[in-house]
Amino acid sequence: IPPDSLPGVSLPSLGGSLTKLAYYSTVQHKVARVRSFDHSGKDIDNEPLYEISVQEEITARLHFIKFENTYIETCLDFIKDHLVNTETKVIKATGGGAYKFKDLIEKKLGLKVDKEDVMTCLIKGCNFVLRNIPHEVFAYQKDSDTEFRFQTNHPNIFPYLLVNIGSGVSIVKVESEDKFEWIGGSSIGGGTFWGLGALLTKTKKFDELLQLASKGQHTNVDMLVKDVYGGAYQTLGLSGNLIASSFGKSTTADKEFSKEDMAKSLLHMISNDIGQLACLHAKLHNLDKIYFGGFFIRGHPVTMRTITYSINFFSKGEVQALFLRHEGYLGAIGAFLKGAEQDNPNQYSWGENYAGSSGLMSTSPDVSPLQRTRSGTFDMLEMDRLERPLVNLPLLKDPSTYIPDTVDLTDDAMARKYWLTCFEEALDGVAKRAAASQPDSVDAQERAEKFRQKYWNKLQTLRQQPFAYGTLTVRSLLDTREHCLNEFSFPDPYSKVKQKENGIALKCFQSVIESLDSLDWEERQFALVKGLLAGNVFDWGAKAVSDVLESEPQFGFEEAKSKLQGKGRSLLEGPPHKCALIFADNSGIDIILGVFPFVRELLSRGTEVILACNSGPALNDVTYSESLIVTERIAAMDPVIHSALRDEKLLLVQTGSSSPCLDLRYVGKAPLCGLCASAAGWSEVWLWSVAVLWPCSGHAVAALTALCCSRLDQGLAVLVRERQTDLVVIEGMGRAIHTNYYAVLRCESLKLAVIKNSWLADRLGGKIFSVIFKYEVPCK
Amino acid sequence: MECVQRRKQIFPWFGLDIGGTLVKLVYFEPKDITAEEEEEEVENLKSIRKYLTSNVAYGSTGIRDVHLELRDLTLCGRKGNLHFIRFPTHDMPAFIQMGSEKHFSSLHTTLCATGGGAYKFEQDFRTMGDLELCKLDELDCLIKGVLYIDSVGFNGHSECYYFENPTDAERCQKLPFNLENPYPLLLVNIGSGVSILAVYSKDNYKRVTGTSLGGGTFFGLCCLLTGCSTFEEALEMASHGDSTKVDKLVRDIYGGDYERFGLPGWAVASSFGNMMSKEKRESVSKEDLARATLITITNNIGSIARMCALNENINRVVFVGNFLRINTISMRLLAYALDYWSKGQLKALFLEHEGYFGAVGALLGLLDSA
Repeated sequence: IPPDSLPGVSLPSLGGSLTKLAYYSTVQHKVARVRSFDHSGKDIDNEPLYEISVQEEITARLHFIKFENTYIETCLDFIKDHLVNTETKVIKATGGGAYKFKDLIEKKLGLKVDKEDVMTCLIKGCNFVLRNIPHEVFAYQKDSDTEFRFQTNHPNIFPYLLVNIGSGVSIVKVESEDKFEWIGGSSIGGGTFWGLGALLTKTKKFDELLQLASKGQHTNVDMLVKDVYGGAYQTLGLSGNLIASSFGKSTTADKEFSKEDMAKSLLHMISNDIGQLACLHAKLHNLDKIYFGGFFIRGHPVTMRTITYSINFFSKGEVQALFLRHEGYLGAIGAFLKGAEQDNPNQYSWGENYAGSSGLMSTSPDVSPLQRTRSGTFDMLEMDRLERPLVNLPLLKDPSTYIPDTVDLTDDAMARKYWLTCFEEALDGVAKRAAASQPDSVDAQERAEKFRQKYWNKLQTLRQQPFAYGTLTVRSLLDTREHCLNEFSFPDPYSKVKQKENGIALKCFQSVIESLDSLDWEERQFALVKGLLAGNVFDWGAKAVSDVLESEPQFGFEEAKSKLQGKGRSLLEGPPHKCALIFADNSGIDIILGVFPFVRELLSRGTEVILACNSGPALNDVTYSESLIVTERIAAMDPVIHSALRDEKLLLVQTGSSSPCLDLRYVGKAPLCGLCASAAGWSEVWLWSVAVLWPCSGHAVAALTALCCSRLDQGLAVLVRERQTDLVVIEGMGRAIHTNYYAVLRCESLKLAVIKNSWLADRLGGKIFSVIFKYEVPCK
Repeated sequence: MECVQRRKQIFPWFGLDIGGTLVKLVYFEPKDITAEEEEEEVENLKSIRKYLTSNVAYGSTGIRDVHLELRDLTLCGRKGNLHFIRFPTHDMPAFIQMGSEKHFSSLHTTLCATGGGAYKFEQDFRTMGDLELCKLDELDCLIKGVLYIDSVGFNGHSECYYFENPTDAERCQKLPFNLENPYPLLLVNIGSGVSILAVYSKDNYKRVTGTSLGGGTFFGLCCLLTGCSTFEEALEMASHGDSTKVDKLVRDIYGGDYERFGLPGWAVASSFGNMMSKEKRESVSKEDLARATLITITNNIGSIARMCALNENINRVVFVGNFLRINTISMRLLAYALDYWSKGQLKALFLEHEGYFGAVGALLGLLDSA
């Protein structure tokens, strides 16, 4: 742990048995960098286009660990060993255990324990995960195909109701980051279930009580409406199964009741009561989002189910019971944030690192009791800091309903099976490619194998528990792979391939332009679109293509054009656009011979162009820094590009993403620097910059300029307003099909890609190498 | 109550409310029977009157609440006394059997009944007792009964009352409350379960919500926890217990008040929360457990009632139902909790005839139908 680490510990209150530890560390990562050679006066034909170097970068990471109290001493040893910072004098702790373990901690660590208010920590933590972790929130539906229904993050997380069911119940209304209010509570909570349950059933453990409850029949103990009304309740419009009086049948000393039945009755009584009170409070304060947490809920499908039922019943479906994936960490995260207030972690965006996080374990006791036990003992969450705050594309029609992903693999079992297999089959090749990308490294083979093993395990986990990291999508599978590659220091396995392909494509640029220029207008438009699509065939991420590319290294642009199925059509009819925003895909032929001629045509029509490339590497996608070099070289050859760059009619920007897919959505509060904030005022500032959803860790982040508001971004925020972007082009399978296929924008948009996967082609009703060309005009 | 066609309804006049746990029966005993009427009166009607009015207990479980009797009442032009009788619902078959033996059906009277049991036992009345029940809506009857009894008063005293200084044993006193302009009011009926009604006028009311945590829950849990077998026994135990041994209070967690949220140290943080610990489970008495059960259920009802009052924007809450019978602990606690948590905005009111309003409403329904 580096000097600025400030651990926060959440120690459970009585009854709880888990300790959560939060700490901050900086992580060293290898980052691939590209740097242009000085080519002046040299023979550039036989030289590589640019230099690739691997550097060490330091990035910030948050760690959250959860373990059983019995390991508290081991944990404290761990903290002690890692606590290299002599400046740290204080450890922040929250929870009832903060009292219990205070002396032990102070003695072991030589740090002063600073107790933080439980609720304040909880809410701080809750705001943090709601803002930073995609698919943090889920609704629970026992009897549907998908037990966990993950919610899309709403740009505005406030206001909400947090109902914390610990030994008692606290109902807190949260209106903003710093404004929250205890609006009520109830003494009938988890402690009542546990305490009363222990008295009634002589069963001591909370988990065992829940087990009993899940096997019982409450109707043997409760008095139901039908017990009071006889068989005639139907005529009254009442459900006979409603409970008229909890424990109403046990009003006798002569009868024995089974433990299971009593536990079940108790569970219903408590869940219904909490749900009813929560609904009454929600109604009074006009709120429709209720998050439930606390040990009563935590990872227990039985209680999530009864609470969900109760909320549906009492609110008549108007309020939704919501749960959080990382609910168990809220207190620790909050305590940590309290301690780190002067560093203000909230000014950054953070993203879950899939490689380092254990994910949501199956909560169903029947499915995998083994894993469940394991997750109860030890579980972790890692979050990486993104140097750039994430905001959404201002051109999204409705950011609150935008769902980037086209297919929800949590929902669609067939698709899930297909893609998991697809990623499994491709894995050996990826590992090989990773090892080959670092021929000079002695341990590359070994690291590649570790990567392979880690990603393989992730895929197996996802087969068992598709919901482990929120909604499973092709994007999350791709991103998890990037996280894992990163974890084993393979920052950019395709860097050399990209370098080579960029070099080759640049050599063809002029001849492609010449041949285009020789065509008449109509033919040229057609050829341009065909070129865009043909370029997009060159995708190492697609197995069908990488097979061809591996076996036929000479495979060229013309062959690709001839492989394309169907026809493209021109969208450049009618008056020119003011400004086009293009999300580029692959390096090499795609960007240079496909995208650039198109850009050039737009520029000649008087349309300004913003070319957005990934901030960090993903497969053979062109990165921002590579795009700078490529553009510079093209400008040297082409006067149109040259003058456009000079006149700032062509702008290169980075997306902030390191994913082959693209999330146009807001994922974090845009922590504005003073300049931005004063320029625009918070509510209307959706700073221009494209959000990354699965903010890849390490290398991706490090490649960025570490400025809260870089000049580029600020310029762009103004730019989008001033230049009025009225066309968005999204290119590639990852960005236009796996994601954004259904995205609705406020301006004209073109989504184009070549389907390089036969299964997907089948699904979409076409053949492999079919073309997707989706041109949409917003309805007025 | 005005009753134009007054002599049309023949005696006997009964109102029946068959709840989940208890059957409530009100009987109007005419005291103005003329010699002529006496002459005409059939024998078994006489014997029913005599049986009901000369006893205070019926069989092993039926009880007449003599202290509630309303004397010299004028109802539909007839003068008489109103009697209040109750027995457990599980003795309903025996009650019907008795009616059959006394040839109740030969009286050609209508028997008005409300409560869930009016539906449940309808068939039994028909087959065993040769009687056709007139079923009346539970909530209509409840409200009608409340308004009527309050309007006639309790033998010259006020039917409605409240507690002043409810937590201060020394200074706490029961004071009459004038419910002349009752609307709007929140009516909380605590029987086996709880129903909460918002009443805006005589005919305009709605059921706001209900909870299954009611009198049945208190009694049921007490039976399981203490082995007691009657409600009276459970209450008696509760009156000698200490719930703070069973419940975890705010001060048990925070050492005092939880100032961040303005929670006083004495507030219960977790009902039965101390019972999570084995040692504490072994150190509590049955009385403590009974008390804790009572406090838990009562506080919860108070809390739901308070939230409903806020949502409906009503500040008078009338608690009725047999859970409150001989249950001063709960009444005072409700009075206190409502006052404390609403910062004096809400007032808890109680009625002397606690659980009988449904039955009274059924009797009034009988007279209306005449």
